[in-house]
Amino acid sequence: MSNVRPIPSPQTQSDDRAHEADHPSSLVAKFGMDQPLKLDCGVDLAPFQIAYQTYGQLNADRSNAILICHALTGDQHVNNIHPVTGKPGWWETMVGAGKPIDPDKYFIICSNVIGGCMGSTGPASLNPATGKMWGLDFPIITIPDMVRAQAMLIDRLGIATLFCVVGGSMGGMQVLQWTAAYPERVFATLAIACSTRHSAQNIAFHELGRQAVMADPDWRGGRYVDEDTHPHRGLAVARMAAHITYLSDAALHRKFGRRMQDRELPTFSFDADFQVESYLRYQGSSFVERFDANSYLYLTRAMDYFDIAADHNGVLAKAFTGIQTRFCVVSFTSDWLFPTSESRALVHALNASSARVSFAEIETDRGHDAFLLDVPEFLEISRAFLLAAGKARGLKDDGQS
Amino acid sequence: MSMQQTLPLPGVAPERTGGYRRDHLLVAEMVRPSSRVLDVGCGDGELLQLLESRGIDGRGIELSREGVNGCVAKGLAVVQGDADTDLVNYPDDAFDYVILSQTLQATRQPKVVLENLLRIGQRAIVSFPNFGFWKMRLQLLIGGHMPRTENLPASWYDTANIHFCTIKDFVELCEQINVKMERAVALDLYGRPVPLNLPWWVWNMFGEQGVFLLSRGGQGSDKAK
Repeated sequence: MSNVRPIPSPQTQSDDRAHEADHPSSLVAKFGMDQPLKLDCGVDLAPFQIAYQTYGQLNADRSNAILICHALTGDQHVNNIHPVTGKPGWWETMVGAGKPIDPDKYFIICSNVIGGCMGSTGPASLNPATGKMWGLDFPIITIPDMVRAQAMLIDRLGIATLFCVVGGSMGGMQVLQWTAAYPERVFATLAIACSTRHSAQNIAFHELGRQAVMADPDWRGGRYVDEDTHPHRGLAVARMAAHITYLSDAALHRKFGRRMQDRELPTFSFDADFQVESYLRYQGSSFVERFDANSYLYLTRAMDYFDIAADHNGVLAKAFTGIQTRFCVVSFTSDWLFPTSESRALVHALNASSARVSFAEIETDRGHDAFLLDVPEFLEISRAFLLAAGKARGLKDDGQS
Repeated sequence: MSMQQTLPLPGVAPERTGGYRRDHLLVAEMVRPSSRVLDVGCGDGELLQLLESRGIDGRGIELSREGVNGCVAKGLAVVQGDADTDLVNYPDDAFDYVILSQTLQATRQPKVVLENLLRIGQRAIVSFPNFGFWKMRLQLLIGGHMPRTENLPASWYDTANIHFCTIKDFVELCEQINVKMERAVALDLYGRPVPLNLPWWVWNMFGEQGVFLLSRGGQGSDKAK
């Protein structure tokens, strides 16, 4: 099979990405030995750092801060050119001048999660004890750990109460964890395409991705940097599998159908004859340029462990008892990764807690990824929810109070 | 519970006072200030907006996606749900009032829904089209076919309204399940109250819709409050 082409090696030198892991092109909050991050696994992580971006200005009352929580493979670069890929920020449909989350009105914060690879301490960072990459020596982290680290950052920024915490997918999990852990510090939340616990099917997909990474001989037990290899094939396969779960049958059909890639007839080989194959290979190979394989293992694991009800004797409503936070929950009809039924279960629990909750299911064929795309009805609802919450918070149109 | 069952329907525009529908104003008058209200089948959220403008903490449930999304876009706390299946998820005494406006006749189990309203809320406010309205009676008696009116224009085969009742029927149901009627008002075709001093049979004949303020327990009615 001479015309079989394996997934290409990353074009960008992974040095760029590796450099970002310790020296991010963004703001950094460093926490010393005296301020450890207390992890759920029992480890006190110190020292550690959180890389973050901000947009807009904090008002005099410090009442207009919005924290954006990014998804599995996102980062703090919400609305600026990405330092590794050179592409625009990942949420330009939602954030920006004239957009629902407008820096002219709100003080917008987004931090790279703990365990990430864009500047917050994670498995791709240098372990100060060894002078080498943490790799699998990095402790297992959870969604509550991510939120605990964010809360330390918010403390350092001198913000007592966030106006709103916003996020989709894994970001939505952090949003819910924020309200469960720090209800008095969150005025409003926008939880998009998420769930209060990771389903068996989703854990299964994550395990597939992790096994793909670990099956790559270049993974080297997680010590690929020391051995000057890169498990780009395994990570790309993991990304390809995951990417399918972010779309929908209808979206794939509409986008690609059975169309051929730059050819009229099948080549009778395992080359990427179909456009959808070519697209997936591109998704896989571009992902490995910007993401660390070990970080992917840790963050998928954190999502798997997430189950808010389990921390409250199995009763979800108890996580939100007496909560004053205003909730807006949004799901998408074609999202089969975090289906509407998951959002509905959350809404039932919030109703049982007498929380002030809005819930909208948006009709779209674009699957889970819809929250990142230009879906006007979703963006309009987000805008309206924030405006109404801002009114209740006493925010004026210019973000002053 | 879809928007189609919420007045106004094509044909008749209920009279408005200060931009609000008269039947909504009547419901709003029944709600004490600074109470907590759940509007089941809240449609486009017009009643909820009226209530919130009066400082009432309002929530809504709506079946149609368009209705929900319109409400959320207005900043209202509304969730997508079905009166028949989702009321069971609400705890006892969660609200001071639960409102069911022009929706009872579209539920599969009106009796169960009514019981749930008064479990979730201290009080319930229920309005529904009166099938004993003279125009309805006349169409069945003279015309010999299922009635259609300006406010209920759908044919029998495509209507969402599957459990019509008369004001008299509803009063009997309330007595049967031991629901106290604190206040009852019949509205004519234009949303104006039928004079209070008239007897029940007149209401049942000339009321186009009935609006009831209900609470738990007790017996009988005292409509002339």
